[in-house]
Amino acid sequence: MTDQTMVLRVENISKRLGGRQILKDVSLELHRGELKVLIGPSGGGKSTLLQCINFLIPPDEGRIWLGEQQIEIHRKQDLYAYRQKVGMIFQDFNLFDHLNALDNVSIALRKVKKIARKDAEERAMRELERVGLGDKTTLYPSQLSGGQKQRVSIARALAMDPEALLLDEPTSALDPELIGEVLGVIRNLAQDGMTMIMATHQLGFIRTLADDILFMQDGQIIEQGSPAELLDAENGSRTQAFCAKLNELSDESET
Amino acid sequence: MDEWNFFIHQVVPALNRGLVQSMWLILPSASIGLCLGALVGTLRAYGPLPLRKACDIYATVFRGTPLLVQLFVLYFGLPSIGIYLSPYTAAVLGFILCTGAYQSEYVRGAFLSIRRGQLLATQALGFSSMQSMLWVILPQAMRRALPGCGNEIIYLIKYSSLAYIITFIELTGEGKILAVKYFRYTEVFFAIGLYYLFMVTLANFLLTWLEKKLYIPGFGRG
Repeated sequence: MTDQTMVLRVENISKRLGGRQILKDVSLELHRGELKVLIGPSGGGKSTLLQCINFLIPPDEGRIWLGEQQIEIHRKQDLYAYRQKVGMIFQDFNLFDHLNALDNVSIALRKVKKIARKDAEERAMRELERVGLGDKTTLYPSQLSGGQKQRVSIARALAMDPEALLLDEPTSALDPELIGEVLGVIRNLAQDGMTMIMATHQLGFIRTLADDILFMQDGQIIEQGSPAELLDAENGSRTQAFCAKLNELSDESET
Repeated sequence: MDEWNFFIHQVVPALNRGLVQSMWLILPSASIGLCLGALVGTLRAYGPLPLRKACDIYATVFRGTPLLVQLFVLYFGLPSIGIYLSPYTAAVLGFILCTGAYQSEYVRGAFLSIRRGQLLATQALGFSSMQSMLWVILPQAMRRALPGCGNEIIYLIKYSSLAYIITFIELTGEGKILAVKYFRYTEVFFAIGLYYLFMVTLANFLLTWLEKKLYIPGFGRG
């Protein structure tokens, strides 16, 4: 699915928070249709990196391009336009508590993109059907399960026609039996050629779908490569050791 | 029968007159005070630091001193620096400033109770700060603040009775004059109590109706 068109380029991002260096000189490139996966120990900077990419946390240093255009954080209108094109999925969903599923998806279309209510709702309806929630449009967040909430949040991001999606551990706040439905939706997106960066520890998913793995530790990308390269039991990579550990833990919890 | 005549011909007309005067105090004080509280509460939650501090000081002063003292300062104190307020103006001004300080506390609390994640979500979708405020933060904060703000309005209905001490004759004032004149404290004050109970019940009814109208499943409950 990957072609050589550059969608997103991140160059030398650094960030200090509370006197601690969270990100050190991180760079990455994302091509059209590519799925890059961020893994690594918690506190390694995965979440901060994703939030720096759409300036929810402004990086101290570094530059970011969307296609050919370098993003100037100080030009508010440019920043808002950029964020509309880079969707974000949060670990804890962050749905709007006062809106039902349909309005959660359509509100940004109506208020930010200024699309007429009827068209916005039609579009929202299509996106909710795409994530398998066509029959849940009138329910409020408190009436949805975790997996359903995360699927609404994916529909909300998709409705904006993003050029890339940033997914920050989208399944780690979910009960084990709900993970599958969310991963299923993301899998379909990957197969349809959506460009994505995703922090996740779902190894099965990573093995089958990731084009590239970025292993992050102490605010740096210390290893990068395809799943075949990095997860090969023979190669002694840091990534492989980490994943073996994850495997052990998940085996233990299942027995 | 004498009792009955006293009530119909003396108490009811006087208290009705007082009720109208009380309404003149309560309605502007409650509505302007609520707006002031919303503004101050917003600034205390999100305002730039100097403004936030100034609003904090305002709230501390007006929540920290007795309303009666505030009214005395406005009515008896200000003339010494050449500002003369009518009893009505002094009372309404005092009520607005006092209720505004309390309302700001409820509004501030409501803003702070909204999960930061939702703000992040609006930013990630390309909302401007104004748009997130208008379409996501305010509709939720309003619902969260409603019970507290309603409670403050109910308080205001009752402490509006302090206006008679700075010579604005409203419900309590009319009643007091009557009670002294006929030396019938028990009946008159009992009747005054019923009038306040009536106003509070009415306000409560409206607030409950509003809360129901704004109800959203699961929101603000658990």
